[in-house]
Amino acid sequence: MTATANDASTFEAPGLDWRRQIRFSAIGALSCAFIALAGMPVGLDRRSIVYPVLSLGYLSLLWVPFVLASLAGSQVVLEGMGERERDTRDLAAGALVGLGSALGLVGLMILVKNFNLRDPLVNWSPQLLELLSFNRSTTLGMLLWVVLGTTLGLLGGAMHVVPAMVRAKVLTVVLSVLLVSVLQTFLTDLLEGFRLEVFTDFIYYKRGGLEILGALLVAVLAIAIPLLVGGRIKGLRARVQKMPPDERSRTNLVLLGVGAALLLILPFFLGKITNELLANVGLFVLLALGLNIVVGLAGILDLGYVAFFAVGGYTTAVLTSPNSPGFSPELPWPVALIAVVVLTGLVGLFIGAPVIRMRGDYLAIVTLGFGEIIRLLFLSDWLSGWFGGAQGITNIPGVDVGIGTVKGTDPRSVFLLVLIFCGIAIYVSWRLEHSRLGRAWMAIREDEDVAEAMGVNTTSTKLMAFVVGAVLASFSGAIFSAKVGSIFPSSFIMLVSIIILVVVIVGGMGNIAGVIVGAVVLIGVLGGPKQPGLLQELGQFKLLIYGALLVWMMLKRPEGLVPNVRRSRELHQEEFLQDAWLKGEIDEDDEEDPS
Amino acid sequence: MLQILDLSVTFGGLHALRNLDFHVEEGEIVSVIGPNGAGKTTFFNMISGMVTPTSGEILFEGESLLNLDPSQVTERGIARTFQNVRLFANMTILENVMVAQHCRTHQKVFGALLQTKAFKSEEIAIREYGEEVLSFFGSRLIGYRLNQPASVLSYANRRRLEIARAMATRPRLLLLDEPVAGMNPRESAELTALIGRLRSEWGFTIVIIEHDMSVVRDVSDRVVVLDHGETIAQGSYDSVANDPKVIEAYLGRQVQDKNADEEASS
Repeated sequence: MTATANDASTFEAPGLDWRRQIRFSAIGALSCAFIALAGMPVGLDRRSIVYPVLSLGYLSLLWVPFVLASLAGSQVVLEGMGERERDTRDLAAGALVGLGSALGLVGLMILVKNFNLRDPLVNWSPQLLELLSFNRSTTLGMLLWVVLGTTLGLLGGAMHVVPAMVRAKVLTVVLSVLLVSVLQTFLTDLLEGFRLEVFTDFIYYKRGGLEILGALLVAVLAIAIPLLVGGRIKGLRARVQKMPPDERSRTNLVLLGVGAALLLILPFFLGKITNELLANVGLFVLLALGLNIVVGLAGILDLGYVAFFAVGGYTTAVLTSPNSPGFSPELPWPVALIAVVVLTGLVGLFIGAPVIRMRGDYLAIVTLGFGEIIRLLFLSDWLSGWFGGAQGITNIPGVDVGIGTVKGTDPRSVFLLVLIFCGIAIYVSWRLEHSRLGRAWMAIREDEDVAEAMGVNTTSTKLMAFVVGAVLASFSGAIFSAKVGSIFPSSFIMLVSIIILVVVIVGGMGNIAGVIVGAVVLIGVLGGPKQPGLLQELGQFKLLIYGALLVWMMLKRPEGLVPNVRRSRELHQEEFLQDAWLKGEIDEDDEEDPS
Repeated sequence: MLQILDLSVTFGGLHALRNLDFHVEEGEIVSVIGPNGAGKTTFFNMISGMVTPTSGEILFEGESLLNLDPSQVTERGIARTFQNVRLFANMTILENVMVAQHCRTHQKVFGALLQTKAFKSEEIAIREYGEEVLSFFGSRLIGYRLNQPASVLSYANRRRLEIARAMATRPRLLLLDEPVAGMNPRESAELTALIGRLRSEWGFTIVIIEHDMSVVRDVSDRVVVLDHGETIAQGSYDSVANDPKVIEAYLGRQVQDKNADEEASS
């Protein structure tokens, strides 16, 4: 049976699917028009990627023909089927998709020139037309778009024709130039800490983006560095993998320790802006780790998670601020933290108890409701004697740690504090996942009824997930309130819950590393609900990008960026079983003599 | 050991079980048979606490099981398997039997966080007992398989793992719902032998729902026949197999008899 599966010539590979190419052309045309009308080209034009040739605004359109052409040309290679021979027809197909996408823009330009639909569509503006025609005549602009689109589509199609090595190199170069350009604030700040301003001054244009020479340098480095050190790293990794298990785990532990130490030193080399940014990322890492326990491990879809963040923040504010309207013990932060943890745990129990008996959609909706109820309670006049209503609580002191005070004006200290708590949260998640409780959570996620029948008290186990998640969120809330120094109900809107959930889903549900990656990518680059990210220009399109990313993830990679092995198995059950069968890991019902 | 008195379960107007009396003595193997829809699985669901009876009483070792959650019933010492195998498919084989020992272990959050001695020794104990239970089925579920997900197992091995998972809860009474369904004759003969060993070596009392009459004949001390939620016969296999009511339930009334009835009434 396996012989047929491995024989590539058994089945004839399907030819080029032209209908698919045409479909992708149409998608490209619609995407281009949509992006243009969403205002991205105009809104993002001020930020350069490579000065002066490429701005983020143009990039928001130019990726479409390239990426769609290469997507249209990609093909699922099934086991037992040879890959199709690629030839010039693939180039033509790519060019077709590119042309299609460009035609979308051309059509839009004609419409914008001749009709005025500015009333419903705010971005239907002369500026858009001007930008799309590259500040020249409309006809020339259209021609340019056709040429650009076709060329980029051709390149996208060519990605499948060239050898894999070349493709990988091209992608590395393109991605590193983009990344270095996007990470400008961060890198400048970091290299300044090491007194290497010369380098960043050389590659970056002052008002954002790389210089052309800088971009070339980055491209050269992107090719050269893997050539120089790539082999050595590969060798090291192979050596670690060959080690016996206990030695390997020890090496991993050492590496982890070194990584943690480096992270703790990092803040001292960073400037204010970057520290502030990373502190925000850290707060969301904390929240996402907590939600990961509830959603990722126990499988309880909690859409009101922000409630615990709010309770943590408000409790800290009440207990530490001298301005707290009702009750103001002015406790030091570490003492208050104990009360915060206990209280948020209790709120977790209180909210969890009625919610836990529900399942699926009902549970999600009820948690959504509770999240809003908590915010409205803090906002209400009824409790404004305690929590200040819409005025919130101000003048929250920082955290006094003996050698200094952690407060918002000193982002470095905040980042350090956040790092410590992230460490605690990671440890808690890791230990609990591999314990009796973690196994029970997983069993409940798999099949709640059976878990109950196998002796797992599902009510108390699910409540535990709620409480642990709540406590981790309360850490984040406590730091948040000491960092910002004042607290208002508007910081705890439903959007926060949704964004934390998106971070967990995009990063990889049920995986600690995945959740951290998700928070760094989404909050760090795009920004949180109110916090700006590295690309501040993207601020107004944040939710659009979040949404698009989420849809794409759900369609193409539901297990997230860094998947949990178990979860991706669950989501790709059939493929996994097929692979296992091909590897001979599936056992057949045995025919051998029972003796 | 288990005593069920005058028990009824009603879903809306449907009597799934009606005035059922049933008992199992320590060390017995009892088979429950009956045509489709006779209420056999409801009978198991009700013992294991997944369905609440409308009226009646269930006593296990003299104590009532009514109003207990399924997990509490399991804790009292009753474990079950499911007719349509329901494993934790994405957990490994070892984890499947480890999680089943949940109600026999006590470590809480702090044990796991502080990695206390008690926590570590309990983890080791769970693991060892899990492997012991799995090795009851020969080499199929142990060795390199321990860390594979349950979903890669063959159908028969899934059934075996499900029994192992039930055994891991350390029960005294084991409820097996069609344990040999879907197995080939050789496998079912082997499992029949294992069921006997479950009693002799592990000391379980066993109640089996089974359609395969050869298995029923080979393992059971006593057979109980259900039809339309009522006990229509019970006793040794031979006496039950020849009981006219049982034959009628399975095969319908004989045509000649029917004619005779009509003639008699006319």
